[in-house]
Amino acid sequence: MSFLSYLINGISLGSIYAIIALGYTMVYGIARMLNFAHGDVIMVGGFVIFTFVSTLGLPPILGILVAVIACTLLGVTIERIAYKPLRGTSSLAVLITAIGVSYLLQNVALLIFGSNARQFTSVVNLPGLKLAGGQLQISSVTIVTIISCIVIMLGLTTFINKTKMGQAMLAVSEDNGAATLMGIDVNKTISVTFAIGSALAAIAGALLCSTYPSLTPYTGSMPGIKAFVAAVFGGIGSIPGALIGGVLLGVIENLSKAYISSQLSDAIVFSVLIIVLLVRPTGILGKKIMEKV
Amino acid sequence: MKKNKVLIQNSITYALVIICWILAQLLISTGHMSSLMKGLLVPLCIYVILAVSLTLTVGNLGELSLGHAGFMCVGAFSGAFFTKCMEQAIPSVPVRFLLALLVGAAVAGAFGILIGIPVLRLKGDYLAIVTLAFGEIIKNLINVMYIGKDASGFHFSIKDTMSLGMDETGVVIVKGAQGITGTPKAATFTIGIILVLITLAIVLNLINSRTGRAIMSIRDNRIAAESIGINITKYKLMAFAISAALAGIAGVLYAHNISSLAATPKSFGYNMSIMILVFVVLGGLGNIRGSMIAAVVLTMLPELLRGLNDYRMLIYAIVLIVMMIFNSSPKAIEMRAVFMEKIKKNKKTAKEAA
Amino acid sequence: MAMLEVNNIGISFGGLKAVDNFSVTIEKGQLYGLIGPNGAGKTTVFNLLTGVYKPDTGHIILDGNDITGKSTIEINQAGIARTFQNIRLFKDMSVLDNVKAGLHNHHRYSTLEGIFRLPKYFKVEREMNERAMELLKVFDLDGECDYKASNLPYGKQRKLEIARALATDPKLLLLDEPAAGMNPNETAELMKTIRFVRDNFDMTILLIEHDMKLVSGICEKLTVLNFGQVLTQGETSEVLNDKRVITAYLGE
Repeated sequence: MSFLSYLINGISLGSIYAIIALGYTMVYGIARMLNFAHGDVIMVGGFVIFTFVSTLGLPPILGILVAVIACTLLGVTIERIAYKPLRGTSSLAVLITAIGVSYLLQNVALLIFGSNARQFTSVVNLPGLKLAGGQLQISSVTIVTIISCIVIMLGLTTFINKTKMGQAMLAVSEDNGAATLMGIDVNKTISVTFAIGSALAAIAGALLCSTYPSLTPYTGSMPGIKAFVAAVFGGIGSIPGALIGGVLLGVIENLSKAYISSQLSDAIVFSVLIIVLLVRPTGILGKKIMEKV
Repeated sequence: MKKNKVLIQNSITYALVIICWILAQLLISTGHMSSLMKGLLVPLCIYVILAVSLTLTVGNLGELSLGHAGFMCVGAFSGAFFTKCMEQAIPSVPVRFLLALLVGAAVAGAFGILIGIPVLRLKGDYLAIVTLAFGEIIKNLINVMYIGKDASGFHFSIKDTMSLGMDETGVVIVKGAQGITGTPKAATFTIGIILVLITLAIVLNLINSRTGRAIMSIRDNRIAAESIGINITKYKLMAFAISAALAGIAGVLYAHNISSLAATPKSFGYNMSIMILVFVVLGGLGNIRGSMIAAVVLTMLPELLRGLNDYRMLIYAIVLIVMMIFNSSPKAIEMRAVFMEKIKKNKKTAKEAA
Repeated sequence: MAMLEVNNIGISFGGLKAVDNFSVTIEKGQLYGLIGPNGAGKTTVFNLLTGVYKPDTGHIILDGNDITGKSTIEINQAGIARTFQNIRLFKDMSVLDNVKAGLHNHHRYSTLEGIFRLPKYFKVEREMNERAMELLKVFDLDGECDYKASNLPYGKQRKLEIARALATDPKLLLLDEPAAGMNPNETAELMKTIRFVRDNFDMTILLIEHDMKLVSGICEKLTVLNFGQVLTQGETSEVLNDKRVITAYLGE
């Protein structure tokens, strides 16, 4: 039974990683950049909810809504101000700028909220599930997280396959130049991508902080890196890849924490990533790239 | 001819380092240097060595590495471990330190090869994430490592001090998350500067040699490099290993500058690797002098802004973003070109008028 | 004995036969042309000869040595050098360094000798500089030796690629569309240079080209490739007058 509970918690953690990884994967697919600041958007989302729900006493749903709007605006603004001027230059320059943005967000949060951890009130106030005569307990946050992840995945897949904007995104990720020639507004497409990614980050922030209720300006950074790993793991640029990568990562992390060593769990997660990449250099679902001579 | 140009450029770089040393000595002897600045001198050398060594991987080999702090970590721990073990055997501090440097460089270099063999097949962002992963793994492993020494030799454990199972003569050298404590402080600013100069000489000489050309040809066009018979794997690995070994030297210097060495995220985490990468990119990719200046300026900036206290890291972040955009954005480059053109014109008209 | 003997090589990509049953014999010192419509598989033949792709079938024999299935590096050391259709220079390196990179395997000193600046470094570097400048002079590039390769005009970049290939001291030189993007004057000059290389470097040359003026002007023999297969081969004048060749190019 304990194995099952570790597994379910792992899937729940993995679902959070998957939601964050979507932001990385979509932005990478479309703008060819590693948005290092993505993890910190999660933290911003967390603090917005903290302010509105824990401090001001707003209902959690409203808090999440405010956070989604705030993060969407933030994501689009970051893209406009910091990344857009560098479009078309070396990916390294954009990477460093993204790192700068990451520092900026962390330090703004540090100025406003200080470095002490804040106690986050869970946004999910439902009773947990008791199965097998109370032997297996699943908290409501876990269930909500897993369901949210499934809903988001389905929604996003539908959006990409069924809407004009989604098709435009696919086109831009395939060939930016050709998409422009076909009359697709690349700037707008990239903005929308950032908007979606950041909105998801806000939701991920709500779920993450509900699961691990301590919030600091650095809360987003490690989950951000892990989600980035998950995105690479599944094949960066691929949406189902983000789901598979995220869930696998969460499960591996939780199981190794439970059965091997909690101190070594990160090392184990990263080792699995390396092994996967050595066998499949572009991730589990990544496309194979052949260089033409 | 070109050869002279390279020689002059390199001489300027060496001269700059030496001038910095002289300046610092003058300031110290006239009592104009705050103790805060004095404490920053050796770290500055460490960061400069790290920046120069990473330039080799990122600027010359053209591969993005986010695990440089991992190699520094390996160097720091192997160097400090050596010093602690040899405290009685080699009483002379300079000799012991020199050997520790060599040990640190060798072990870090070996790790470079060990890691390089599998990962250098990957490219671009994938390589970046794998090097980041390796850096984190190294840090993680050292944090659970316990090594002790007693009459019967070395004892090793990944649990705790007790499970080392040593007799009463036993001394714990590496204490898990606490790391290595009580390493004698052997690093001085002068030694740091000498190591900077040595690092510079190794990297600059390497770049301007047959090996360097092979490395850069891989960066510029891998397929063409193969077509003229250059062994891609060998030279990639060589650049990676040398870069790692030099980071190891920086690590040894670091370990001998502080009294307790622990593999904390702050000292050896991915943020540190990113910091070093920032030096390299901000200095202009492949521009060694630029990366050194970036390392010095960016290390001093938060200290110089100490008066602003809470705002200093914020300013640092903004400076980083603005500088990146100013340096790399096509629009900014165009604007700069137009501006320079104007200045030139003004000068010309001024001359003509005169 | 023939310099290059290719027997029935072929390769398929995902079931599609890109090159099938390709054979050719090139004598030492010959200037040989490989022509055919776009997509006929000419560059694929080059990639097979240089080990970028390994042939599924057949054998490649260079100067009596079987080089089938060897790596690009081994094949270059065995004596085949090439240029590329889409120029592949070391663009951030100087013109001189591009050629010196080509000299890599023939003028050696160890990495340590380079780092510690031992006497051998200076001696070999001097030799390399002299040899590289000689080669650059052939292509009239010696005046631009300090330029960054990417700053050269297009025509000169093509020439630099040939110089770099020659620096590896090959027995057989493969040129992939050397005249692409050149104006008639540059092409005429290039023809002279190719002949000069053949005569003065004792070189065997196989080239892919669409410019029929160049092909008929300098190639002694031709092979025509169509849909991955040899359509015809023989003396240049005969091949160019072959009805099938004209049909292949212009359609029915």
